[in-house]
Amino acid sequence: MTRFLRQVAVLVYALFGLTLLSTSALADSPFPTINEPADENVKCIHPEDEMRRNHMNYILHERDETMHEGIRNEPESLANCIDCHVKPDDKGEIASIESKQHFCSGCHQYASVQIDCFQCHADRPQKYINRDKQTSSLRHNLQQTLANKTGVDQ
Amino acid sequence: MTDSTNKSAVDSSRRDFLSKAAVAGTITIAPGVLLHQTAQAGSVSTRPNDEPVSNKNRWGMLIDTSKCANGCTSCVDACNEENGLVGNGRPETDSQYIRKVTLKDKATGHETSLPLMCQHCETAPCADVCPTGASFVRADGIALVDKHICIGCRYCMMACPYKARSFVHEAVENQKLTAPRGKGTVESCTMCVTRVDNGGIPACVEACSAENHNAMIFGDLNDPNSEISISLKERGGKQLRPDLALNTGVRYQGLNE
Repeated sequence: MTRFLRQVAVLVYALFGLTLLSTSALADSPFPTINEPADENVKCIHPEDEMRRNHMNYILHERDETMHEGIRNEPESLANCIDCHVKPDDKGEIASIESKQHFCSGCHQYASVQIDCFQCHADRPQKYINRDKQTSSLRHNLQQTLANKTGVDQ
Repeated sequence: MTDSTNKSAVDSSRRDFLSKAAVAGTITIAPGVLLHQTAQAGSVSTRPNDEPVSNKNRWGMLIDTSKCANGCTSCVDACNEENGLVGNGRPETDSQYIRKVTLKDKATGHETSLPLMCQHCETAPCADVCPTGASFVRADGIALVDKHICIGCRYCMMACPYKARSFVHEAVENQKLTAPRGKGTVESCTMCVTRVDNGGIPACVEACSAENHNAMIFGDLNDPNSEISISLKERGGKQLRPDLALNTGVRYQGLNE
């Protein structure tokens, strides 16, 4: 009987310990919150719970319709997600997809789900990307190539 | 059967009324606008962007090489800007959607300058050889790469007789919203498909007009009243490598035999 009681006591302690552990783990990585749309006049197109579960289905479907059929009016496009939800922080800095502060990365890093969209797609609204430097370097290269242009025989 | 016939009759009379009303409105309000619209027939897409593209249109470009200025790169610059093509200082592998080519006739020394890009073939060799279906020609004649399913094998690059395609060798960041591009996929001129779908014209054509060279025309090859079709009918237009019978969407004027 004493042995049984001891076993029960050990079990209770173990459970208590586990609860403590999981609580502290949660405190370390808080459940990510969703950024409200940048523009206060814009309403979310779907409830948050729906989007948390099904956003990938919405954008995958649109992906093929847009790419192959040129349908571009759908509200659930990746571009619209980014345009509304990715916004600068209080200091005016905008996070890239690498950062946990990015609208998509916050959840994806928390859930440990790799996200490939932004290997090709823009991860920030265009208004926050300064491109002047990059294109001017390309123009410089091109002009150099043209300066050394080689004639092709017709 | 009767129902559907009736329905279409109703629809068509409504459409007639609307179009007459629109024409009447245009004439009354601004005759100049109507004239302008007639001249622009078939020059941009009027498809509502919630409807799929169809083979009613075939988008194409016509390049008059006699107007293309030697040394001018405004079309190339505009393309790079539009598509966010960023060089890494390695011309052998940096992406080019459009390049300026100078042809020199050895006998006379006459030089012809022209822009060369994806020729948007009807029977595109790139689409023929693609093992995944990533290379395809859209119903309205624009040849594209679906980078979601491109595996980067580069067969299309070997198949293309115009060397129009590039492979992205290095990771890309800060892409343009309308021009997704990334490492490990093949890419080429998209005829600025997002612009076209939204009723615009390609960036290169716009830039050429802005320079007042007007060497490039964009328009619907299927519309006999479009500027491009009229010019092709009057002056003709050559395909590059016509021996391949690819029925290209990009045609050239002013090339010698």
